[in-house]
Amino acid sequence: MTTLDQALELGLNKSEYEKIINYLDRVPNITELGIFSAMWSEHCSYKSSRKWLKNLPTNADWVIQGPGENAGVIDIGNGLAAVFKMESHNHPSFIEPYQGAATGVGGIMRDVFTMGARPVANMNCLRFGSVHHHKTKHLLSGVVSGIGGYGNCMGVPTIGGECTFDKGYNGNILVNAMTIGIVDQKSIFYAKAGKPGSKVVYVGAKTGRDGIHGASMASASFDEDSENKRPTVQVGDPFTEKLLLESCLELMRTDCIIGIQDMGAAGLTSSAVEMAAKDNNGIKINLDKVPVRETKMTPFEIMLSESQERMLMVIKPNSEQKAKKIFNKWELDFSVIGEVTDSKHIELISNNISVANIPLEPLANGLIYNRPYKINKSKNKTIVNTNNNWDISLQKLMNNPDLCSRRWIWEQYDHMVMGDTIGMPGSEASIVRIHGTNEALAITTDCTPRYCKADAKMGGKQAVAESYRNLCSVGATALAITDCLNFGNPENSIVMGQIINAINGIGEACKKLSMPVIAGNVSLYNETDGESIPPTPQIGAVGIIKDTSKIINNKIENSSDNDILIIGETLGHLECSIYAKEISKNENGLPPNVNLDEEFKNGQFILELISKDMINSCKDISDGGIAIALTEICTMSSIGCKITQKNKLNIDAWLFGEDQARYIIICNKSNTKDIISAANQKQVTIDCIGELQGENFEVKDFKKEIKKISIEKLYNLRNNWFENYFSTKI
Amino acid sequence: MKTSIIVFPGSNCDRDIAVAIRNVSNTEPNMVWHKETSLNKADLIVLPGGFSHGDYLRSGSIASRAPIMKEVIKLANNGTPVLGICNGFQILTECELLPGVLMRNKNMQFICKYTYLISNNENKWVNKKEINKVISYPVAHHDGNYFCNKDELNNLKANNRIVFQYCSATGIISEENNINGSLYNIAGITNKNGNVLGMMPHPERAISKNLGGNDGISFFENFFNNIGNL
Repeated sequence: MTTLDQALELGLNKSEYEKIINYLDRVPNITELGIFSAMWSEHCSYKSSRKWLKNLPTNADWVIQGPGENAGVIDIGNGLAAVFKMESHNHPSFIEPYQGAATGVGGIMRDVFTMGARPVANMNCLRFGSVHHHKTKHLLSGVVSGIGGYGNCMGVPTIGGECTFDKGYNGNILVNAMTIGIVDQKSIFYAKAGKPGSKVVYVGAKTGRDGIHGASMASASFDEDSENKRPTVQVGDPFTEKLLLESCLELMRTDCIIGIQDMGAAGLTSSAVEMAAKDNNGIKINLDKVPVRETKMTPFEIMLSESQERMLMVIKPNSEQKAKKIFNKWELDFSVIGEVTDSKHIELISNNISVANIPLEPLANGLIYNRPYKINKSKNKTIVNTNNNWDISLQKLMNNPDLCSRRWIWEQYDHMVMGDTIGMPGSEASIVRIHGTNEALAITTDCTPRYCKADAKMGGKQAVAESYRNLCSVGATALAITDCLNFGNPENSIVMGQIINAINGIGEACKKLSMPVIAGNVSLYNETDGESIPPTPQIGAVGIIKDTSKIINNKIENSSDNDILIIGETLGHLECSIYAKEISKNENGLPPNVNLDEEFKNGQFILELISKDMINSCKDISDGGIAIALTEICTMSSIGCKITQKNKLNIDAWLFGEDQARYIIICNKSNTKDIISAANQKQVTIDCIGELQGENFEVKDFKKEIKKISIEKLYNLRNNWFENYFSTKI
Repeated sequence: MKTSIIVFPGSNCDRDIAVAIRNVSNTEPNMVWHKETSLNKADLIVLPGGFSHGDYLRSGSIASRAPIMKEVIKLANNGTPVLGICNGFQILTECELLPGVLMRNKNMQFICKYTYLISNNENKWVNKKEINKVISYPVAHHDGNYFCNKDELNNLKANNRIVFQYCSATGIISEENNINGSLYNIAGITNKNGNVLGMMPHPERAISKNLGGNDGISFFENFFNNIGNL
């Protein structure tokens, strides 16, 4: 027998507890209550967001599996499919950065190889608090080594992502991990249970008392006691996961598996419920058969443990021995723990006694809340003061943690293992060759929380548009996205308004740019002591490159005789820019407008230029505007530039404004004319602003005033921020 | 040309080295599970990179006690060429086919990047034309900080057993270019007979310009062109 107090302690509210009693027609016991609380947690049930997520476009001819599985699947041609998803591990990473981040990476990789795909690349999006906050160094170094520790050991390259700092994340960092895998379309596996009588098998690591009730922890806000939640953080064992990966893929090459599901959030509970519910079956599990690593574990603990590196499978009749042999070879536990039934219930047995018996329907379909919301976006324009010392501002921005080189981070990740990574992390989009072919996948992650904070709808749109631009600028055809929606407390109507707005913005952009949402994750309650994080709807996008010989990068090999052109219209929008934040210290105002027609048109034009070998380098223009994009090209290629302002904008607005739908391209002078006339024909705005030349970043403004900074100086500012940060007492 | 690649639980560069060998020698390598107890006659045995047994206890130590290692040690002592890359190098020191140890990198962090190397000694593993020339292979390790005692170091020096040293783009061997803190900038060494090579950098990752570099191709070509000379 349980009480309301126990329910509240497990994160349920009064009406939810009453609903449970109603469903069961009796008071639940503690195991049952634990199962309900996990399945009805925000993390597992999407109860606040589900109603709105339905509005997202999820279909296209190339979509094989949309949201609702372990990961999304798209057709990439030649009988192959790409499998990917992004997931948050925010709360655990704040409490214990190394293990929190490591198990986040482990969890998302499991989601991908559960579907039969071999993971080929990892990405991650990190949002930390201010660099001056006392926890930031500890969290940054812990998260980075945790991501490396897990991914490096698995032998899956970590090839890109994002990392920015803002005081809005002081009390609640974000760690979003994405994995991309490749699978033969004929051998994709799903989370299903097959016919009653089929055997349910547990494989992988043993179950311990770690991470118990992690899903509920992830569904609550932080307060000063959050440190005490350390025991709810799981401990990762990448070696066991590597064995699990190889053994599962080996088993998948045989004909044994009906369905398979990894044990992630809410452990055995959610995997058993989701699998059985999918085919409208029931499931019966004998908890005495579950491999445990500690004695006297209660049914509650076994069902809610989030021990890592575990899988639940339903196997075909008479295949037990064959399957067992494979797991024995890899020295992993293999145990038949139950069977699929026709009861439409989940039944748990321990010591020959029934310890839980719950109808699956309310567990699997969870709750849907229609929470009240308020649309509260900043509608007022602001004037961003400029100081007209662009040379000093550029140096400041180059030495800013949000814009400097991330080399310190990605050199701690094995970004080359598997021998298919093309280019270095830190490019527009990360590229991984499809093994044994001349095709490649391009992957990018994007979100600009500054914009989302001012206008979540525009911010959602912008995140998708920027991911589209990043794919176009490496010559990739955009195919699909996964989202990872990080917000504060949905019970706050303003936060709920942000969620709805962001989803609508994402949906609009995805429709226009033909990038369906094929997988996703929602992370709410990212707040500490009542203060929510800036809305952060993270986008992970995947595209395909059909010919790797066409790939261009930011490092110009042959840098003489190159012109610099800007595609797209420059209006000098400084509000909500990084310039406004860091130089003018003004964080008010409106984000730049996202014109999706322009985005599409300009993106298609870039793809055409790349396919015709017309350009040597291309970058999308985003944070920090033209100046930052051009500095990156110059510092990576060790060459200067000479540019001239032709319009009459304030020089800082011209250089640092963040108008959307823009690219900077570098081409041989002999191609400039043709490119401009092609752009004119397609009504694409284009402007040649100068050439690569010399050893300085040199700008002549419209008053004909010339200033310059040496590229070497900019290089040093850009490349050493992280080392300096850790060697000094900032 | 017969190559045997030993696969330990946690090896993760086994596929990469197989690809390199297949591309360069046009032969199919033989993948051998660590629990095997016999090895067919091979022209080359490779211990690949990765995290054998999770690098738990000490990098390479558990793998060095694997059933197959008895056979590898026997063949190595009889002159069969054995190449240990990264985790393979760690395993070779753990089973004492090579002297010294690989400690944690001096900055205590995992390091993955292209690094410059130079081979200043005449040896059979490096093409004569490339002796004293700077080449570039990537490293990817947490424990690559080589150390041995004075006598061993003198022995390595005196017998031309230091095959690779970390250096600058222009070939200067100095502490500044010592990426992981290794004694004497050591990146790769051989046993007394010269048939066992352990190295931290990954030549198998440097086989395509597209992927960042192709200096590794000549490393494998040299080996396959000179079979039997080791």
